Amino acid sequence: MSPGPADGAPLLAVDNLTVRFPTADGLVQAVTELSYTVEQGRTLGIVGESGSGKSVSSMAVLGLHDAHSARIAGSIKVAGEEIVGSDEKTMRRLRGNTVAMIFQDALAALHPFKRIGKQLGEAYLVHHPDATKREARRRSIQMLERVGIPQPDRRIDDFPHQFSGGMRQRAMIAMGLINDPALLIADEPTTALDVTVQAQILDLLQDLQREFNSGIIIITHDLGVVAEMADDVLVMYGGRGVEYGPTREILIHPQMPYTWGLLSSVPDVHADPNARMIPITGNPPSLLDPPSGCPFHPRCAHVQKVPGDLCRTILPELVPGPRGGGHLKRCHLVDPEEIYATEVLPEIAPDLAEVGADARADAGAGAGADVRGDG
Amino acid sequence: MPADHPEGSASPVDAAPGESEPTSIQQVLATEGVDAEPGPPPEFESLVSLTHRATTLDPTAEPVLTVRDLKMHFPLRSAVVRRTVGYVQAVDGISFEVPRGGSLGLVGESGCGKSTTGQLITRLYKPTAGSMMFEGHDLATVGKKAMKPLRREVQMIFQDPYSSLNPRHTVGSIVATPLRTHDVVPRSQVLSRVQELLEVVGLNPEHYNRYPNEFSGGQRQRIGIARALALQPKLLVADEPVSALDVSIQAQVVNLLQDLQQEFGIAYLFIAHDLAVVRHVCPEVAVMYLGKIVEIADRESLYEHAHHPYTQALLSAVPDVKQAAIGGRRERIMLTGDVPSPINPPSGCRFRTRCPIAQDICARHEPPLMQIGPRHKVACHFAGELGHHPVQPVTAPLYADDADRSPQTARLTEVSSEVGYGPRWLDLATGDLTGERRKDAGGGPESGQDLSGPPLTTG
Repeated sequence: MSPGPADGAPLLAVDNLTVRFPTADGLVQAVTELSYTVEQGRTLGIVGESGSGKSVSSMAVLGLHDAHSARIAGSIKVAGEEIVGSDEKTMRRLRGNTVAMIFQDALAALHPFKRIGKQLGEAYLVHHPDATKREARRRSIQMLERVGIPQPDRRIDDFPHQFSGGMRQRAMIAMGLINDPALLIADEPTTALDVTVQAQILDLLQDLQREFNSGIIIITHDLGVVAEMADDVLVMYGGRGVEYGPTREILIHPQMPYTWGLLSSVPDVHADPNARMIPITGNPPSLLDPPSGCPFHPRCAHVQKVPGDLCRTILPELVPGPRGGGHLKRCHLVDPEEIYATEVLPEIAPDLAEVGADARADAGAGAGADVRGDG
Repeated sequence: MPADHPEGSASPVDAAPGESEPTSIQQVLATEGVDAEPGPPPEFESLVSLTHRATTLDPTAEPVLTVRDLKMHFPLRSAVVRRTVGYVQAVDGISFEVPRGGSLGLVGESGCGKSTTGQLITRLYKPTAGSMMFEGHDLATVGKKAMKPLRREVQMIFQDPYSSLNPRHTVGSIVATPLRTHDVVPRSQVLSRVQELLEVVGLNPEHYNRYPNEFSGGQRQRIGIARALALQPKLLVADEPVSALDVSIQAQVVNLLQDLQQEFGIAYLFIAHDLAVVRHVCPEVAVMYLGKIVEIADRESLYEHAHHPYTQALLSAVPDVKQAAIGGRRERIMLTGDVPSPINPPSGCRFRTRCPIAQDICARHEPPLMQIGPRHKVACHFAGELGHHPVQPVTAPLYADDADRSPQTARLTEVSSEVGYGPRWLDLATGDLTGERRKDAGGGPESGQDLSGPPLTTG
């Protein structure tokens, strides 16, 4: 649970990562100058719409992009080892062993003709060449049991289609964790599941993280999942990080209009019925020809609050916001805190806004903690 | 109706939005054509004024659709011997009402029968049993020929905007098909009507000649909505209309649906698994589990005072941004295992195999759907708010030896016999009937002595 491996470097350090795909239509600027870190035992949530580069950036961590069709620049260091530019042999050693990935669609990710046990055992044998098949099988049963599959010694000989959706996802988590990886990347692990099953899977991931002290990257578009799972959040838009910081900071004091938009697009299950769902107008930007200046300016409802043509002409830097505490934002707005509290929050969560206003009146800077008591 | 829509005849909306104040969110959205030069985005204040708060309940609305004891059992055929070896009881005796111009939400996990219900109402399937009264017709029994005019009144929006539009047809032809099939407008006016419809749902009317692949997911869903609107239906079955869309686009479509309801008075049966979106759109919600309705209530009762352990578990499983933001997370009720097979559902209460409070009675008897509040019905032997489930089953009198004569039985029968909401309901605190008249007396455990006397005969 103590963050940081022995040498003090973070488990994963992505620095200035840029991913480009040359296509017939032009260069797809999938990820641009992205930086983040994940410490051991911590969880990073990456949020954004489809096409924001969240999956592409994490696939780069596993070296899953074809060297011929992707141009990758920058640096990705997993446990001190550089990924960008390393050869396939190195990658094969890392994949599944140090870094593992679980995918959104478990049915598509599991081989339909091979028994679950065989697929799990294969993942184990690849990284334990000296192990016998019997050991691999025992280890697979152990993992299936650990992820909560009933009668694992019998179910291990099932085919993926004989498992329910939740069980397949569990089997995939078991496969991801069978080699005890230091870093687990979960790409929309619960999107295809029902809420009750989703709750089971999220709890399982948290339990396993406590047990194995691994770092987790959870890629999702569901801010609720992020709120429950993540220690830190990275909000991506148009291939760039636009807001980055501790989860509570981002959720209570978001400072970038795109994050506001995400928060206002999803209603809360216990929200005040006076809350509005305020859409983000327009569509995600084209990555072939990204907008000038701030990538979000064509959809941003707060452009007029920035003097001049700044948003359209100059790309804001990802810099620390006024609140400090490792909260970075990419926005020209001078006083985002005030705009969020007085304009956005009253519309999307009137009950919270009132409490917040009272708290501000009491000059309570750390209002977050006592925003309870709205029933 | 769209034809009388004030903006219907206005010039195409690809003009700059700054010229005049937009009056509906669709106008704002229409300006973002597929390749249109993006104008400046609307100011936040004007954007807010075009959105909706949660839809409110009209308690006086008459039902437009009354579903009674609807069943759909799909036969299971053996591959070897060609005979029926069993039935998938997808929908097994559900009753509800959809108010005219209002919305009923239908939620539940996958496989609970909510989509089948939608497909029964649109008569994509013919139900095994039950009735669906719509405007004086029983949709469950009308023949193919009699159904055709009724199809104009009941339309559907599908979940997946990619597979529900024919990729080889232009948008114009997709939206025009229902107009042609039902001869709604003269041939010469079809195109202008299509353009009006596209405009109503916030698409550029000049894009009628494009193919679905030229549109994004949210825009395709709008095309599906325009197609459903073409016949000016009274009832729209929306089967997971936003769950395939990106988060930022979901709010656009939800606001569009609310717009259309206000403008044209369309009733929605809103089928979704996202409890939060349903809460926003539907003032009344029914929760389904394995082919049955386990709880149906208005928004406040269901989300704040759920009485069924399944509803409570569902609500507790939803990740909650606000909850996490204010620190700590809600206590979760973990449901173990998976939904049982609808081919061979558990005896008695179908939820009992996963229910944290199940007892023997739950395996023996199926709980009736009892009315326990002015607009709140629940099917549970131990109905109660979270943490306050009664020790003794509230339905016990039904199964007692003298059940036939007991006034308690008659009371329980009375509160579980209506399709909609009756004037009297079971007061769980006292076990007596109470009624509307007593409502203003406050929240105390008044028993309504005058009402709990000898039972009325029930149908």
